Amino acid sequence: MTGTAVISDRRLARQAAKRRRQRRGQAIAAISSIVVLGGLAVWILTSPGWPSVRETFFSWSEFRNAFPEVLGGFWLDVKVFVIVEIAVLIVGLVVALVRTSAGPALFPIRLIATVYTDLIRGVPTLLLVYLIGFGIPALRLTGLPTEPVVLGGIALGLSYSAYVAEVYRAGIASIHRGQRDAALAVGLTEAQALRHVILPQAVRRVAPPLLNDFLALQKDVVLISILGPQEAFRIAQIIQGENFNYTPLIAAALLFLIITVPLARLVDRLGGQTGAIR
Amino acid sequence: MSAAGTPVLEVRGVTKAFGEREVLRGVDLTVSEHEAIALIGASGSGKSTLLRCIDLLEEIDDGDVFLDGEVITDPAVEPVAVRRRLGLVFQAFNLFPHLTVLENVVLGEMRAQKVSRAEAEEHGRALLRRFGLEGRERDRPDDLSGGQQQRVAIARAFAGRPRALLLDEVTSALDPELVGEVLHAIRDLKTAGMTMVIATHEMGFAREVADEVAFLHDGTIVESGSPDRVLTEPEREETRRFLARLLESGRI
Repeated sequence: MTGTAVISDRRLARQAAKRRRQRRGQAIAAISSIVVLGGLAVWILTSPGWPSVRETFFSWSEFRNAFPEVLGGFWLDVKVFVIVEIAVLIVGLVVALVRTSAGPALFPIRLIATVYTDLIRGVPTLLLVYLIGFGIPALRLTGLPTEPVVLGGIALGLSYSAYVAEVYRAGIASIHRGQRDAALAVGLTEAQALRHVILPQAVRRVAPPLLNDFLALQKDVVLISILGPQEAFRIAQIIQGENFNYTPLIAAALLFLIITVPLARLVDRLGGQTGAIR
Repeated sequence: MSAAGTPVLEVRGVTKAFGEREVLRGVDLTVSEHEAIALIGASGSGKSTLLRCIDLLEEIDDGDVFLDGEVITDPAVEPVAVRRRLGLVFQAFNLFPHLTVLENVVLGEMRAQKVSRAEAEEHGRALLRRFGLEGRERDRPDDLSGGQQQRVAIARAFAGRPRALLLDEVTSALDPELVGEVLHAIRDLKTAGMTMVIATHEMGFAREVADEVAFLHDGTIVESGSPDRVLTEPEREETRRFLARLLESGRI
C-alpha cells in the first residue's frame, strides 16, 4: 500500500499546523495580557492621586505595624466561621428534610420551616445581626446568651442555614424518582431510602453551590464586628482611625483572601468536573 | 411455602386512575408457583402501572392483590414488609450510581433484611457470578454496559430471595445486541423455578419462556392463554391488531 506514506505526510502537516496554531494562540494571550494589565497599572500608577493613595493604603511600615494585631483578630473570624459553618450544615439539612417531608403530623413544623426560609432570606444579613445582637439581650431573659460573638454567630447561622437548606432541597428534588422507587423496591423504608440512596447523591450534586455559600459566609463573618467583637475588620478599623491610614484594612483583606481563594479554586474545579462528566 | 394450589400472586379486579385517566380498569391475573407470565400490550396499556401496583409503589383504587393468599393491598398492610417479599426490575435499571455494583446488590439485604455485611456480600458475589458479572463487583454502574447494568439490577432484585419477580420491560432500554444477555439471565431464573411476571415487547422471548401470555389492552386483560395459542391464533380482534402492528414494525 502506497497510501500509508501519503496519510503519514498529511498527518505530519496537520500536526505542524496545529503546533503553529497553538504557538500563535499563546503569543496572542501573552501580548494581550501585557497590554491590558500593563495599561491598567500605568493608568492607576500615573493617576494624580496615586502618591497619596500609595501612602494611605499601601504603606509597608503601617502594614508591618498593624499585621500582628489584625492577625490576632482574624483568628476570631476563623473560629466563628468554623463553628457557624458546622452548625449551618446541620441546621440547613434538618430544615431541608422537614420541608421535603410528607407526613401530616409534621405539617406545623413544615409551615415553620417554610416561613423561616422565606423570612430569613428576605432580610439583609446585616439587619439580622443587628436585630439579634441587640434585641435578644434587651429581652433580659435568663438562659439566653448575651455574648456579642455568640449572638452574632447565631444571626449568621440562622441566615446561612436558610440558604443552605434551599440548596439541599434543590439537591434532593433533583434526584430522579426512579431512585426512590428502586430503594423502596429492594425493601428499604422511606427513611432508609432517603439516608442511603437519595441524600448521598443529593449532597454530592450540590457540593459546589454549598461551598459557594461557605465562601460567602467566610466573608460575612466581619458583620459581627458591628456588635463589638474584636475581629480582624474591627481591629483594622480601630488602627486605621488612630493613624489615619487605611493599610490595616488591606492587611485584613489579604488575610481573608488567603482562606477564600483556595476555596474558590476548589469550587471552580468541582463545578468543572461535574460539567465535564454530565 | 404456600399450600398446594394457592397461587403466589393473585390480582383481582384492580383499578387505578391517575387523575381523570383510568389506566387499569379491572385487571384479573393469577400467577402460580414457578410460573412465568408474559404481560404484553401496547405502550401505555398499563403494564408498568400494573407491576408498580403489585409492588405497592402505586396505591390502587379498587380490587385487591394477594401474595401467597394474603391480601397485600389492604390499607392496614405495611407496604415495606410486602416489598421485601417481591422483586421489581425497572426498564431504566435505576441502579444506585453512588454505590458499587456489589453495594447495589447487597443494600436491600443489609438494610431491609438486616443480614450481616459478610453474609450479604458472599451472597451478592455469588449472584453476580451467576449473572456473568464476576470481576465487576467494585465498578460503578456508569462504567458498565446497559446489558451489564440490567443484569446487576436483576441480581439486586433477586438478592432478597423474593417470592416473585416483576420484570418491567427490562430489555426496552437496551441496544439490540445487548438484549440477548439479559434474556439469558431471565431464562436462567425461569429454569431455577422463579415465579415471574414479565412485561415485555419481545414476543419471541415470551413464546419461549412464558407459561402463559396475557394481553393487556385498554386497562383490562382481554385475552390470555398459552403463548402458542395467543400469539398465533388470537381469539380477540384487539390482540390480532396488536400483533399485526408488531409484525409490520418488524418486532416479531
